[in-house]
Amino acid sequence: MDFAWSEFFTSILIVSGISGILATLMVIADATIGNYGELKIAINKKKELTVEGGQPLLTALKNKSIFIPSACGGRGSCGLCKLKVDSGGGDILSTELPWLDDKEKAEKIRLSCQLKVKQNMELTIPEELFNVKEYKTEVSSIVNLTHDIKEITLALLEPAEIEFKAGQFIQMEIPEYDLTDEPVYRAYSIASAPSMKNSIKLQIKYVPDGISTTYVNRHMKVKDKVIVNGPYGDFCLRNNNRELIFMATGSGMAPIYSILLDMAEKGVNKKTTFFFGCKEKRDLFLTEEMKDLERKMTGFKFVPSLSRPREEDNWQGETGRLNTVIKKYLSDTSEVEAYLCAGTSVIESYKNALKEMGIPENRIFYDDFG
Amino acid sequence: MSGNTGMGIFAIFFAATFTSNILLTLYLGMCSFLAVSKQIKTAFGLGLAVIFVMTSTSIINWMIYQWLLIPFDLEYLRYIVFIVTIAAFVQLVEMVIEKTSEALYNALGIFLPLITVNCAILGVSLFMIIREYTLTQSVAFGAGSGTGWLIAIIAMAGIRQKIEKNRIPKGLEGAGIALIIAGIMSMAFMGFTGMIGLN
Repeated sequence: MDFAWSEFFTSILIVSGISGILATLMVIADATIGNYGELKIAINKKKELTVEGGQPLLTALKNKSIFIPSACGGRGSCGLCKLKVDSGGGDILSTELPWLDDKEKAEKIRLSCQLKVKQNMELTIPEELFNVKEYKTEVSSIVNLTHDIKEITLALLEPAEIEFKAGQFIQMEIPEYDLTDEPVYRAYSIASAPSMKNSIKLQIKYVPDGISTTYVNRHMKVKDKVIVNGPYGDFCLRNNNRELIFMATGSGMAPIYSILLDMAEKGVNKKTTFFFGCKEKRDLFLTEEMKDLERKMTGFKFVPSLSRPREEDNWQGETGRLNTVIKKYLSDTSEVEAYLCAGTSVIESYKNALKEMGIPENRIFYDDFG
Repeated sequence: MSGNTGMGIFAIFFAATFTSNILLTLYLGMCSFLAVSKQIKTAFGLGLAVIFVMTSTSIINWMIYQWLLIPFDLEYLRYIVFIVTIAAFVQLVEMVIEKTSEALYNALGIFLPLITVNCAILGVSLFMIIREYTLTQSVAFGAGSGTGWLIAIIAMAGIRQKIEKNRIPKGLEGAGIALIIAGIMSMAFMGFTGMIGLN
């Protein structure tokens, strides 16, 4: 039987022809319809970037080394990459809606991974984000600070150094495992001094069923690779001569410890009291380090208070909740500034106690990890 | 030979929408049906995009089939040709909508890439060939199937919104319960089959 050569070739020709025409159409469309040219993005009315139009805003900024926090990598499933788009953003897309509440919509907050750059834009980005980078790190030690708080040390691999202000936090990536089927990010305050640039320490308290804390407790090992990004946050010392009080519970000690280390290194020596609250003696940690800081800074005093000390604790120090303890130590509150780090409800009660003692709200700063 | 050649376009449209609903009687296009039926609003957007793409691609594919593949005896290439055409068409439409109409892009644009791989679209193009529809019949069939798909997904989204707060056995949450609901809906749609049939 003859092989139908003509049919063989026509079929190839037709299929290639159709594909070719479609491909040409696509190329033409890409160059004409899909070409938005070079567009300008003005940031905080100061900086101006020239970017290729048509790409998502998040990508455009990332290409210009401006990192917006994003956990899902631009899929629109984490809702972290929010930005204030003052002009040029167009209408809110339906893929952004699940992540924006009414207040954010009114403030022109947008999800930068969904929004494409199609015209010149004006953005407002918090200054501190210009310093944010993604860091590849390696777990270099895991130490039990208490029965439920671990201190994790992350050695920086790439970039090798981090610049941050004492009191700021980073986001740590938790890879997928039993409790989560996609990587999640959790924020942790840096609990080491800014002068230590090649590694950071975190204090992580175990919370039953917490995705991140369970991972750190059960699965994280020395030598594990960990991705973090940061630094973020403005829980930092204000520059003035006021007397300082710090109040924290549990792993809320982290940012305050960083601030204290920084003060000691810089030789800041003013009246400073750190009130630390926990339940019993086994919840106390870094007490030796605090004594060390007291020796270095004569004005500094560490006041731990146990809310429910056990009999065998043999506790001589303060007892009860911090909102009552502080009253014993503070007589003149006219020149006092307070920094709080605890869960939401605890912060509320501390704030009320401080206000009752005459400290105005604008001198109370807090880092709420609730 | 098929008995459909003489069928009026309204009958085809109606049959494709209800009695031979592409989703609930033929179970085509299940993937996006399950994935995007959590909210009525998004389901509606996707449904509109499906109507548009089904109707347009059935026209284009009809022309390519009748004027290119049949004259050259290349009917057997229809699968690959239809798929390529659908993919390219959807891409083009998405780009045009994105550039020209922000409102329309918001409503449809983001769903278009999802539809490229929707087998219901290819199904419509193939059925219209098997049933030997004319061009106008194909348009009616495409639009009707799209409308049927829209109705089905909106009904599904409505039910899923309603049961969102209900306690469902853990193993059945999400796609599990959605498939059971789809099965029940499908039985309801089977009630229409006696009215008008598409072979």
